[in-house]
Amino acid sequence: MGCSSSSTKINSAKNALKAALVIQNWYRGYRARLKARQHYALTIFQSIEYADEQGQMQLSNFFSFMLENYRKIQNDDPAIVTRLLETNLQDSQNKHAYMGLIEVPDSYDGPRLKFPLTFTDIDLLLKAFQQQQILHAYYVLEVLFEAKKVLKQMPNFTHIQTSPYKEITVCGDLHGKLEDLLLIFYKNGLPSVNNQYVFNGDFVDRGKNSTEILMILLVSFLVYPNELHLNRGNHEDFMMNLRYGFTREILQKYKLHGKKILKSVEEIYTWLPIGTIIDNEILIIHGGISESTDLNLLHQIQRNKMKSVLMPPVSNREFDSSLKNKASSSSATPGTSEDSSSEQLTKHEWEQIVDLLWSDPKGRKGCYPNTSRGGGCYFGPDITAKILNKNQLKMIIRSHECKPDGYDICHDGKVITIFSASNYYDEGSNRGAYIKLCYNTAPRFFQYQVTTTSCLNPLHQRVATMENRAIKILKERMISQKTDLINAFQLRDHSKTGKISLAQWAFSMESVLELKLPWRSLRSHLVKTDSDGNVDYMSSFQDVHIERPMEEATSPLVETLYRYRSDLNIIFNIMDSDHSGLISMEEFRTMWKLFTYHYNVQIDDSQFDEVINKMDVNKDGSIDFNEFFMAFHVVHKYDKNATDITLPN
Amino acid sequence: RASESEGEKEAIVADFHKKIKDAFEVFDHESNNTVDVREIGTIIRSLGCCPTEGELHDLIAEVEEEEPTGFIRYEKFLPVMTKVLLERKYRPIPEDVLLRAFEVLDTAKHGFLTKEELIKYMTEEGEPFSQEEMEEMLSAAIDPESNSINYKEYITMMVIDEN
Repeated sequence: MGCSSSSTKINSAKNALKAALVIQNWYRGYRARLKARQHYALTIFQSIEYADEQGQMQLSNFFSFMLENYRKIQNDDPAIVTRLLETNLQDSQNKHAYMGLIEVPDSYDGPRLKFPLTFTDIDLLLKAFQQQQILHAYYVLEVLFEAKKVLKQMPNFTHIQTSPYKEITVCGDLHGKLEDLLLIFYKNGLPSVNNQYVFNGDFVDRGKNSTEILMILLVSFLVYPNELHLNRGNHEDFMMNLRYGFTREILQKYKLHGKKILKSVEEIYTWLPIGTIIDNEILIIHGGISESTDLNLLHQIQRNKMKSVLMPPVSNREFDSSLKNKASSSSATPGTSEDSSSEQLTKHEWEQIVDLLWSDPKGRKGCYPNTSRGGGCYFGPDITAKILNKNQLKMIIRSHECKPDGYDICHDGKVITIFSASNYYDEGSNRGAYIKLCYNTAPRFFQYQVTTTSCLNPLHQRVATMENRAIKILKERMISQKTDLINAFQLRDHSKTGKISLAQWAFSMESVLELKLPWRSLRSHLVKTDSDGNVDYMSSFQDVHIERPMEEATSPLVETLYRYRSDLNIIFNIMDSDHSGLISMEEFRTMWKLFTYHYNVQIDDSQFDEVINKMDVNKDGSIDFNEFFMAFHVVHKYDKNATDITLPN
Repeated sequence: RASESEGEKEAIVADFHKKIKDAFEVFDHESNNTVDVREIGTIIRSLGCCPTEGELHDLIAEVEEEEPTGFIRYEKFLPVMTKVLLERKYRPIPEDVLLRAFEVLDTAKHGFLTKEELIKYMTEEGEPFSQEEMEEMLSAAIDPESNSINYKEYITMMVIDEN
C-alpha cells in the first residue's frame, strides 16, 4: 500500500513537471511570436517614417530645381519663389512694432507671464498646460521675441563644464509629447541653477503639444540661460513642420495670430545652437557626424543662414544677388543685414549642418549616404573614432532615432542615442529615457514610459492594436502605388492566372514600394494565398480604395495626387503666403507642370485641367487646396471609423 | 524522379532561407548581419518552432562564436536554422496536448486553476518563468473577478488570436 501511494506521488510529481513544461514551452513560443509581431509593426512604422523623410529630401531637390529655373517659368517670380527667397521680415528691434496691437482681453483666464521671467512663470506654465490651457498669442510672441534676442548672443556650440556637485541631464527627442516632459521634470526636478539640462532637438512635430513644449523650453531658457541648453534638431525646420504637424497645430490653436507666430518660430530655429560640448569631452548634437565633419568650421559659420534642410544653397549668381537685394530692402535698420558677402551658406557649410542634424550611426565601417532618410549619412565606428580623436573628444551623445529602451549605446561605447518620447510610434512601442552626466563618472540612464489606460491591456491586445495600425498605414502606401504594383505583378504573371509565387510577390512589393520589410512574414495580413502557396495579388486591393472625388479623375491621376499629397500640400502652403487656403489656378498649373516634369510623373495634362476646373468651385480662378486634399482619402471597406490616418498635415 | 525531388528540395530550402533571412533581419538593428544573442529565442520561435529552454540553450551553443561575443552572425545561424526547419524539429504543441497539461495540473478537476496554483506551477516546476513572463501570462489569463484561469477558454482565445 505504502509503496504504491509513494509511487503514485512520484508519478503525479513527474506528470506535474511534464505538464508544466508543456505549458511553459507553449507560452514561450506564443509570447515570442507576439514579440516578433510587435517588432514587425515597429519596423513598418520606422521604414515608412524614414521613407517620408526621404520624400522630404526629394522635395528639397525639387525646390532647388525650381529656384534655379525660375526665370524660365514666367516673367514674374511665382509666389512660391518669392516666398522661398524672402528673408526675415521681422528684423525689428522694436518690440512694440513687433508685437503689433495684440492685446490680452480681461476675459482671458489662461496663464499670464510677467517679464522679466522668473521660475514662478515656469511653474505657472506647467500647471496651466497640465490643465490643457492655451497660452495667449501675446505671450507666445513675447517669449519668442525675447528668446531670439538671447539666442542670437550664443555661439554655435555651448561649452559646459560639470563638477562633482553639478550634474547635467541630457534629454532627446520630445516631439510634442507633453506628458513625457512633465514626467521628466517630475522624476528629475525642474531646471534650476543646480539642475542643468540639455535638450537635444526635435521638440516639435508629431505630438499634439509642440507649442506647449516649445514654450516651456524657451521660458525655462530665458529664466536660466546658463543652465538650460537647447540644440537644434532636424524638426526645428519650418518646412518639416509643414509636413509633420507643428504648423497645423499652431494655425489651429492661434487662428488670429498663427501666421505671425510661425514666422517668428521660423526665425528662432535658425538661432538655436547647433550643439553642446561638455568638459571638452562629450559632443552633443541631434543626429550624428560624417567623415568630413569639421568642428572648427562649424564653430565659425553663421548658423542663422541655415533656414531649412529643404533649401540648399542655390549656385546661381543672379539668384544670390536677387536674394541680397530683397534682404537689404526688407531690413528695418541698416546695421542688421548680414555683413558677409552672401545671404546663403556655402554648399559645404550647409552640408556640414545637415550631417550633424540628420546622420545615423551604423555598425558597418565607413561613411555613406543615409538612403533611408535621404539626408545626412550613415557613419561607422571607424568614422566615430576618427572624428573623436581629431577633436580630442571621448564620446558623442545624439538623438534622432527612436529606441525601444529609450537609449542605445554603440560604436564601442562611444556613441549614445538618447530618445525621450515614450510610446512614440504607438502605445507601448518604446520607453523614453534621459542621461545624467557628472564629473568623472559614467553616464547614468533613467527610463520611463507614459502610461495610459490602454497600456494596462494585456500584451496580445496591445500588439494587435499596434499591428492593425501598422498594416493600415502599409496598405495605404500600397494603394497609392497600385498601378505600379499591378504592373509589376502582371509582368511576372505569364499565364495570366492572377497568381504569382510568394517569392515573386515579395520581390515586386519591395522593388516598387522601396521599403525593406519582411514581406513573407507580413504576407498573411496583406494578401490571400491559395493552398499551393501562390499569391492572389489583386486580393490586396479588394477592401481598400482611394475615394474618387469626381468621375473625371482616373485611377492613375487619383493615385498620383494621393501619393504626393504631402509634398503638394507643402508646396501649396508655401505658395499661399497669406495662409488664406487659396491659390490661383495659374500658379497651380505652372507648379504642376514643373512638378510632373521633375518627379517624372506621366499624367495627361488635359485630364488634369478638367479636374482642376471642377475644383474651382466659385469659378473665381482660385482653388481651396484644403478641400482639394480632403477629397482624396483612402477608404478601408471594413473599417468602422473610416478616418484616413495619414491626412496631410 | 530523383532530379524532380531534388529540384523540389532546393525550392523548399530556398524558401526557408528567405523566411529565415526575413525573421533575422527584423532584429538586425545595426544592419550588419548580427543579432543580439538574447533575441535568438524570439527569432527561432517566430519561425514556428517551439524548443524548450534547454533545447534553445543547445541551439545557441551551436550558433555562437568560439569565443562568445554576445552576438550571433547570420552566416552561422542560417545553416543551423535551415536544418531545424527541414527536419521539422521542435514542433509546436497541439491544442489538445496543451489542454491535457492543464487538466493534469487541475488535480481537483474544477475546470480552472487559481492564480496561486498557476503561479506556483509556472515558477516552481519545469523550466520556471521569469517574473516578466509570469506577469504577462497572468494579465491575459486570469479573470480578475474569480482570480482564476478557465484554461479551456484561455486556450481557445489564444488559438484564435494566433490565427
